[in-house]
Amino acid sequence: MTDTSTMSREAGKGDESMAGLEGFEKDQLKGFLKEMLLYRRFEEKAEEAYAIGKIGGFCHLHIGQEAVALGFIGPLRQDDYVITAYRDHTQALAKGVDPNGVMAELYGRDSGSARGKGGSMHIFDVEKGFMGGHGIVGAQVPLAAGLGFAIKYREEDRVCVCFMGDAAVNQGAFHEALNMAAIWKLPVLFVVENNEYGMGTAFSRVSALPVKERAAGLGVPAHHVNAQDILATWTLVEELLEKIRAGEGPQYVDARTYRFKGHSMSDPVSGTYRSKDEVESKVKQEDPISLLRDRLFDAEFLTEDELEEMDREVRAVVDEAAEFAEEAPFPAREELYNHVYSEVNEHGRLFFDGRDREGED
Amino acid sequence: MDRTEGASGTTEAPGGPAHATRTRRGEPVTFLEAISEALFEEMERDDRVFLMGEDIGVYGGAFKVTRDFMEHFGSDRVIDTPISEAGFTGAAAGAAHMGLRPVVEIQFMDFISPAYDVITNYIATSLYRGSGPQSLVIRGPVGGGNRGGPFHSQNVEMAFFHTPGLKIVYPSTARDAKGLLKAAIRDDDPVIFEEHKGLYRAPALREVLPDEDYVIPIGSARVAREGTDLTVVTYGMMVHRSSEAADRLFEEDGVSVEILDLRTLLPMDDEAIMRSVRKTGRLLVVHEDTRTGGIAGEISMRVNEQAFEWLDAPILRVTAIDAPVPYAAPLEDYFLPGVDDIVTAARYLAKY
Repeated sequence: MTDTSTMSREAGKGDESMAGLEGFEKDQLKGFLKEMLLYRRFEEKAEEAYAIGKIGGFCHLHIGQEAVALGFIGPLRQDDYVITAYRDHTQALAKGVDPNGVMAELYGRDSGSARGKGGSMHIFDVEKGFMGGHGIVGAQVPLAAGLGFAIKYREEDRVCVCFMGDAAVNQGAFHEALNMAAIWKLPVLFVVENNEYGMGTAFSRVSALPVKERAAGLGVPAHHVNAQDILATWTLVEELLEKIRAGEGPQYVDARTYRFKGHSMSDPVSGTYRSKDEVESKVKQEDPISLLRDRLFDAEFLTEDELEEMDREVRAVVDEAAEFAEEAPFPAREELYNHVYSEVNEHGRLFFDGRDREGED
Repeated sequence: MDRTEGASGTTEAPGGPAHATRTRRGEPVTFLEAISEALFEEMERDDRVFLMGEDIGVYGGAFKVTRDFMEHFGSDRVIDTPISEAGFTGAAAGAAHMGLRPVVEIQFMDFISPAYDVITNYIATSLYRGSGPQSLVIRGPVGGGNRGGPFHSQNVEMAFFHTPGLKIVYPSTARDAKGLLKAAIRDDDPVIFEEHKGLYRAPALREVLPDEDYVIPIGSARVAREGTDLTVVTYGMMVHRSSEAADRLFEEDGVSVEILDLRTLLPMDDEAIMRSVRKTGRLLVVHEDTRTGGIAGEISMRVNEQAFEWLDAPILRVTAIDAPVPYAAPLEDYFLPGVDDIVTAARYLAKY
């Protein structure tokens, strides 16, 4: 998708399941659209940069899942926390991490949010309460319990949102973490970004029960939402945050979404595990951005010109991020030794260790 | 299905080059294809052998090692597991207790950590505790150089090296990969089998494999290059880096380097190491894994115990730096042991 006019206009028409616009201000709704457009354009830029070798390694795009990032992070307060897995770029943006810092991290530059050491899967920004993308499935879920524990321990009025993919619910760590969160009534909102596939394996092939039911035996109240619908998602999240802030303990959401791109950049969009038709139909009918856009058009909250202007603005942000990343220096070699320990470990400098390589006879 | 399908090997499919699941007699195969062949042939040979792992069936594996396997062997023998390393590795061990011969794929070996408990506490000790022979292979991709960052680039051997009861194999050539994997599958002990991602599709590693069914015995090192002035003991990707360094040392310095490819880390082939050290009197250990607690320490101690009198110089090592694997390309390149590092260390030793 290169411009907004190519997004399907038929999407969402006459869909009874869509919540109305009631309860939302016009400007707020337009803000939602712009925010999601930013995520989309950011990911498209990342895709482009990957194709020309500016970004390396493993890179997972969030295209198609934008309403999950906005719907679960938008309603948070600034001092709340987010922790997530490796499809983390737009969630970082949603939490307020500087797009320049995120892009620079993808480019492996020194001014990246993890100083170029983490890459695409490991965006981190403590000041913004973005407690990390995590490259191993399910590993962040117990960490979320710990974030929640610390909030409770310090008697703070904060919440932690923990994202994971659907495949993560099969990790032992998921069950252990939710159990602790339930018994200790931790202020954590567990969100399963249920895009139906763990890489190339359909969720239905690795779970006897649907995502929503997987928390049932652990005592964490479970909900589900069509997370392609930003308004339904936003509304549910506001309700759940209220419960959590009221001390009711953790909540769990099966957020139904769909990944429009391959699992990672090295994975085709469709293949042995899902058909081209399936993807095309989802893109056509369940694009969270087109769905909102059309509702705003129908309500006459938005004009084509305004949309174009919006798109120009977010593209400018994204272009600037790419330029910033491009111009940022790579980390210096010495950076390899920094942050391994809280102080530089002089004992790491052994004979023929890296620092001594140059000039060695 | 027709197993010759996709055997042209030149089509660059989005997930990587297509490769045959049948054995390609007389044609050069990659390191990855050699591994596929070993799995395929062992499954054909012995129906106790079955595969478990994430995305290995319908998807054909993250690196496509098991492409088309599910169609050929069925979903009873090529099992797409949930993402539950502790669970399915434990289940594989249980099946092994019952006499089956599971081969578990860990999608990236970095992900083995949830299964650490079951591997070190249960699998490694089960024979000792009375289970009887337990044939189990845990295999998967390791190693850096792919910009994978901290969780998709590690070498895991030293997390398991310290545990009696496990065997650890880490091949460097297509021929060894196939022969050693077959040996691992036929072995009655649990084997951790590491496959360096950088070797999977390396064109230089393509070779024609023997027609016959062959195994490379576990526990035996290989002299990858004969030399007289100093010994490099290494394995995996670093065999190739060391070879490049050896070429340069010979051309530029006239130094003759002997390279010993360990192939199996546990049990270690002490005899081969001592034979070479006694011949050259100088030892450089090269490994891609980080330095502290790396295998170089163990090798050095064994040489100290068994061949001290033959040494003409201190034992040196070239390794990755003690840090998590960084993502940024210049940092990762600097982090990993390079040809220059090996040359520098070898020169120092040769002149000592």
